[in-house]
Amino acid sequence: MRYEAPRTLADATGMLASCPGAARVLAGGTDLLVALRSGLVEPELVVDIKRIPGMEDIVAEDGGWRVGAAVPGAVLSRHDGVRRQWPGVVEAVELIGSTQIQGRATMVGNLCNASPAADSVPAMMAAGALARVAGPDGRERDVPVGDVATGPGITSLATGEVVTSVFLPEAPARSADAYLRLIPRTEMDIAVVGAAVSLTLDEGGRCAAAKVVLGAVGPRALVVEDGAAAIVGTSLDDEAVAALEAAASAAAQPIDDKRGTVSYRRKVAGVLARRAARIAATRAGERS
Amino acid sequence: MSLQHVTTTVNGDAAEFLCDATETLLDALRDRLGLTGSKEGCASGDCGACSVMLEGRLVCACLVLAAEADGREVETIEGMAGTGELHPLQTKFLELGALQCGVCTPGFLVAAKALLEEHPDPDETEVRYWLAGNLCRCTGYDKIIRAVLETAADLRGQ
Repeated sequence: MRYEAPRTLADATGMLASCPGAARVLAGGTDLLVALRSGLVEPELVVDIKRIPGMEDIVAEDGGWRVGAAVPGAVLSRHDGVRRQWPGVVEAVELIGSTQIQGRATMVGNLCNASPAADSVPAMMAAGALARVAGPDGRERDVPVGDVATGPGITSLATGEVVTSVFLPEAPARSADAYLRLIPRTEMDIAVVGAAVSLTLDEGGRCAAAKVVLGAVGPRALVVEDGAAAIVGTSLDDEAVAALEAAASAAAQPIDDKRGTVSYRRKVAGVLARRAARIAATRAGERS
Repeated sequence: MSLQHVTTTVNGDAAEFLCDATETLLDALRDRLGLTGSKEGCASGDCGACSVMLEGRLVCACLVLAAEADGREVETIEGMAGTGELHPLQTKFLELGALQCGVCTPGFLVAAKALLEEHPDPDETEVRYWLAGNLCRCTGYDKIIRAVLETAADLRGQ
């Protein structure tokens, strides 16, 4: 294995594209080093992107925030601007691993690792986040975060492409988000189910727009359109959130594994979606 | 396979070594630099026995490639005590018997020091969450948590 730490994006994408064998991008390394150690991956080349300018920066842009691919959770969670606009995204990132993992793990790494149980991905999707993808031809494209992972461990990225940042757009007025996950203990585990809700209230306090996204109950994070439709136009009364809960349970496509059964995950998907919606609505109300 | 030349700073001192690209910072600290205070427990980032500070942030040295340390600052358990004087956390761990076999202890001390630098007045829940990535199979944690809370109080002059 060769280790390279290029100083420019062009060098990084060039190295990745021209490597004849398997190549991996290294940002926080909390997934990659475990995979290397276990022999799960045996890349010919590892490209550390942390020395490329901008990768460790959080920059204000168009009223929102651009978060570099190498920004660790410990830095993101201390960023008041991001936390104010997207508390649900920040709380999702903070749930990833221990303090030590937070010192290294990145939101973009969580995205590109493409685990169905990735905590930050449903939250980013609910926030309408865009991933910026740089290619070896020097071109950049912005893709919805939900289009990056296509299945467990699989992404839509082409050879030589690197996600360089995630853009969290400006949260509209009277908006907020929330993320909840269930694990069998209080810390340090992988989601049995995760649920993110982002919503906007109108001036009368009714839900004007919503996005509901579930994690760990399908091969990739699932958008629950019916769940959002169940609460839009309502004041999140009991009937509306019950309809959201039913829609989320119905949309879940979980598997049975050691973390939970199909029926348990279906049930929990609904419960978490309902609770996350209520938290997001309360937060949005506090901000209006 | 060619070796990488890494120049770094460990506990304030310049250090350099040659390493393989797949080698972790933990391996390099222990096997290249002879700093065996950081322990390998799980080698997967779960147990925290290899906790070190990298550029001022708490990390697991087993999840860092040695080559990544080039030009960076690393602090390990070996840098914790002053000249001839233990760090207050070390003293308190001894006083309260907050260790048994000792394998997890360097990691707990490094992590606890990072906690107190960032949160000088943590409550018990904050200490437990902060140290959730440090596993101890001997003590049941209670003495460790108490040692951290008492040290925090001592350092605040209470």
